[in-house]
Amino acid sequence: MTAAVFFGCAFIAFGPAFSLFIFTIAKDPLRVIILIAGAFFWLVSLLLSSLVWFIATKATNAQDLTLQKNLLIFGSIFSVILQEVFRFGYYRLLRKANEGLAAISEEDGPPLSVREMAYVAGLGFGIMSGAFSMINTLSDSLGPGTVGMFGDSQYYFITSALMTLALTMLHTFWGVVFFEGCERKRWWVIAVVLCVHLMVFSLSLLNPFYVGSILPVYAIMLLMAVWAFFSSGGSLHNITLLWTCRKSNAETSS
Amino acid sequence: TCVQCLGDGNTSLQKLATSIVFFFCLSDVSCNSVEQKIYVELNNTVPCVRLLNATHQIGCQSSISGDTGVIHVLESEEDLEWPLSKGPNPPYMVLLESSLFTRSIMMKMKNESNRVAGVAVVVPNTSPPEFSPHTTCPNENTGVYSDNYGPNLAHCNTTVWNPRGNGLSYEEFDFPVFSLKEDNETEFIKQCYLDHNRAVNGSAPQYPLCAMQLFSHMHAVTNTPTCMRRNDINFSINPEMVCDPLGDYNVWGSIRPYNDTVFGHKENESVVIAAARLDSRAFFWEVSTGAEGSVSGFVTLLAAAQALREVTHEAPPTRNILFAFFQGETFDYIGSSRMVYDMENGKFVIDLDNIHSVLEIGQVALHSGNNLFLHSDPVSRRNNTVNDVVKNLVNNLQSSTAGLGFLLVEPNVSQPLPPSSLQRFLRAQPIPGIVLADHESAFNNRYYESFYDNAANLNLTYPSDLSPEEQLEFVTHTAESLTDVATVVARALYKQAGGDESRVNTIKADPKIVTQMLYGFLVSSNNSWFQAVMAPELKNILKPSPPEYYVGVAMSSTPTRLVQYLLANLTGAATNLTQSQCQKPDELPNESRQMYSYLWVQGIVPPNSTERDSFCVRASVRLTKAVSPAFELGEYASKDYSTWTESRWKFIKARIFLVASRDLEMLTLGVGVAVLFTSLLVTYFISTKADVLFSSTREPASAAY
Repeated sequence: MTAAVFFGCAFIAFGPAFSLFIFTIAKDPLRVIILIAGAFFWLVSLLLSSLVWFIATKATNAQDLTLQKNLLIFGSIFSVILQEVFRFGYYRLLRKANEGLAAISEEDGPPLSVREMAYVAGLGFGIMSGAFSMINTLSDSLGPGTVGMFGDSQYYFITSALMTLALTMLHTFWGVVFFEGCERKRWWVIAVVLCVHLMVFSLSLLNPFYVGSILPVYAIMLLMAVWAFFSSGGSLHNITLLWTCRKSNAETSS
Repeated sequence: TCVQCLGDGNTSLQKLATSIVFFFCLSDVSCNSVEQKIYVELNNTVPCVRLLNATHQIGCQSSISGDTGVIHVLESEEDLEWPLSKGPNPPYMVLLESSLFTRSIMMKMKNESNRVAGVAVVVPNTSPPEFSPHTTCPNENTGVYSDNYGPNLAHCNTTVWNPRGNGLSYEEFDFPVFSLKEDNETEFIKQCYLDHNRAVNGSAPQYPLCAMQLFSHMHAVTNTPTCMRRNDINFSINPEMVCDPLGDYNVWGSIRPYNDTVFGHKENESVVIAAARLDSRAFFWEVSTGAEGSVSGFVTLLAAAQALREVTHEAPPTRNILFAFFQGETFDYIGSSRMVYDMENGKFVIDLDNIHSVLEIGQVALHSGNNLFLHSDPVSRRNNTVNDVVKNLVNNLQSSTAGLGFLLVEPNVSQPLPPSSLQRFLRAQPIPGIVLADHESAFNNRYYESFYDNAANLNLTYPSDLSPEEQLEFVTHTAESLTDVATVVARALYKQAGGDESRVNTIKADPKIVTQMLYGFLVSSNNSWFQAVMAPELKNILKPSPPEYYVGVAMSSTPTRLVQYLLANLTGAATNLTQSQCQKPDELPNESRQMYSYLWVQGIVPPNSTERDSFCVRASVRLTKAVSPAFELGEYASKDYSTWTESRWKFIKARIFLVASRDLEMLTLGVGVAVLFTSLLVTYFISTKADVLFSSTREPASAAY
């Protein structure tokens, strides 16, 4: 739909991830490495699940559209499960690596806390997932045409970008919550994350009924944000501290 | 010409994305690629391209990234107000029915071309009453008539040959013009227009609107000297050519063979030339059918050549007869001017002094009232010797019609020659000649040089229950009338060449051959007879549709090849040579590549086998280059010779899609920028206050945020 839509959707989909990257990750090379490795893990999980889906579609009748749609749903559920498995695998890998990093670092102790690694890993998953969702759509949004010739909604590009934004942030929050749950050996957390992921996926099946898909997904994202905040060490007390700190800073400086 | 038929300007990101998507879209997997949701590619379109000559450029041009416009289906000439002034969403892409494809509408759109993004013309299967996009006076500056030669006859002052011509082919448009067929794609386009673009009760139509994008960017500009100069710029290892000269090959054959290595004047050699033209054109690129304009002429000449074969072997005439088929005559006589130039400069097997007379076959298929006309040049006939030879030729022609149903008549008034190759011969020296045509003054052809000059224009109809092979053999009325013309031509040529008078009445053209040629040249070139006469390596040029008669730039035009092989098969002899001997005949004692050309042809399939009976044809049929002398001499601004070139282009395509309103686009951009700034601010804020926010479980000696 032209450059305006391209940049608008790119900013919506990748703006928060980009700003998170710039302000929290880019300065520390170790975090960059963990981010990219996380993205790679997500990619491998997608590759394996898509292999399964591809074999399933090849083995069946390509003309039967309902069967293909059901196979797609099955493949996506399998992909969600595999992503969480790989997230767990990445957690184990990072735990092992942490001991090695602690040995070679200059300071005493591990250079990155598990909380930081959780956040970075989640963001890595989120960025790669967002890229895969959005890049294809973005490249087609550069041309002069817009979606709608065959009955699709003309808000396709904006809603795709909003979904991608939500998904990126959700992956980040899930990473934080997941790793914290594994640390504390609270295995029910993993089950909950898996269920929420499946719920988000099934909401996305409601597209193009955007009211029914985007609004609930954003509600879930807010809930997950709150949960991640609390599970990474935040509390209401800290927020009030922050508020009074600002107030007192303002008073002293004025 | 199409240099690089791939899309240009894809970002690497796009390539990555499309390759990823393509990987998932292999074979039958139904794939929801976003591009398929947006664009519908139009496959059956024909563009109008840019041609240049010494002083002008004609044709159409689009911008390098295509021209996009909101589709508007034009209902009448008054409806033009909407795209040109009243419509609220310019620029518009105007979709015209062929009845509205007139000069006045196109000129109005040309004048307001900032509101017109392009034009799409729907070409129907039935022809309109008349349509000729050519000029009223074809080739008026490169014929023989000028201010020095018959000034009152020049520039069609006495006879306007093509009065129906609206000159659209020679106008310059700076928007693309494409043609669409009347098929499902066009229905889809019209349905898209009806669904989205109609104004409801006088209010403006709502976004999203249905739009079309046409790509036909031409590289050459201004005129031929400019584009040829740009061809020569040697910047890099791969120089970019921007245009190519139009041209192909002329086909010529003779009763007595000539040694192909001995050029120039031949002592005591007197030749009668029988000429016809091979090519035609249309407004759109390459879709030219030229049924009456060129096919009628050269099919008649081929049939006459075949009719003369037997009698000239048994009782050879005194003079030689040379059959010449000229290419590129539509574009200022490329082929005939090149042959005359070669004759003048001693590069052809004979020269102009060897020519006794010329008989040219013009448009001969539409003779109403059963008379054909013999046109001659009044200026050269003022010379008595020329006049005598012409009168003799007229007599020979008129006496040859005995027993056939029509007469040959000279026009009543003193009028110039119609546009014909004979005019180029007369430019060089006064040569006696006659042009045979079915029109007394203005053309009978209502579709001269247009895409409607097809089999229907000649009333070429077959009974509906015939298979293609049966249609090939069926002798139509058109074929019978052309056979009679061919018989007259053959007899007249034999008499003109001084042949035995007693044998004249045995000369008859074969209607079977004429109808097979008409079928192959106007209905389907991929038939069993054409397959039998062609070489095995050329059988891919035969298609289920008629060939294209546009001369083109690739020097590989289908009609030239077909006429070459047909002339060889019809006038030559089948030999016993094997295929390797056919390629190297000089090793055999009686064969000589200098005197004859040896062509290996496929032959027919015998009834009880699957292998073709291929054999070697020996014929005195040659090809000579038909590129304008202006390009040999480097005189790109020449006024004497044709200087036509065709521009090059990268790709040509068309597609339709919906366009969104500007407001929605700006809203998207605004939301994006807002999200980006907000996230930057929030992230900065949180990251600076992170130690406060996440303080309660800070592990000892962990890195600071």
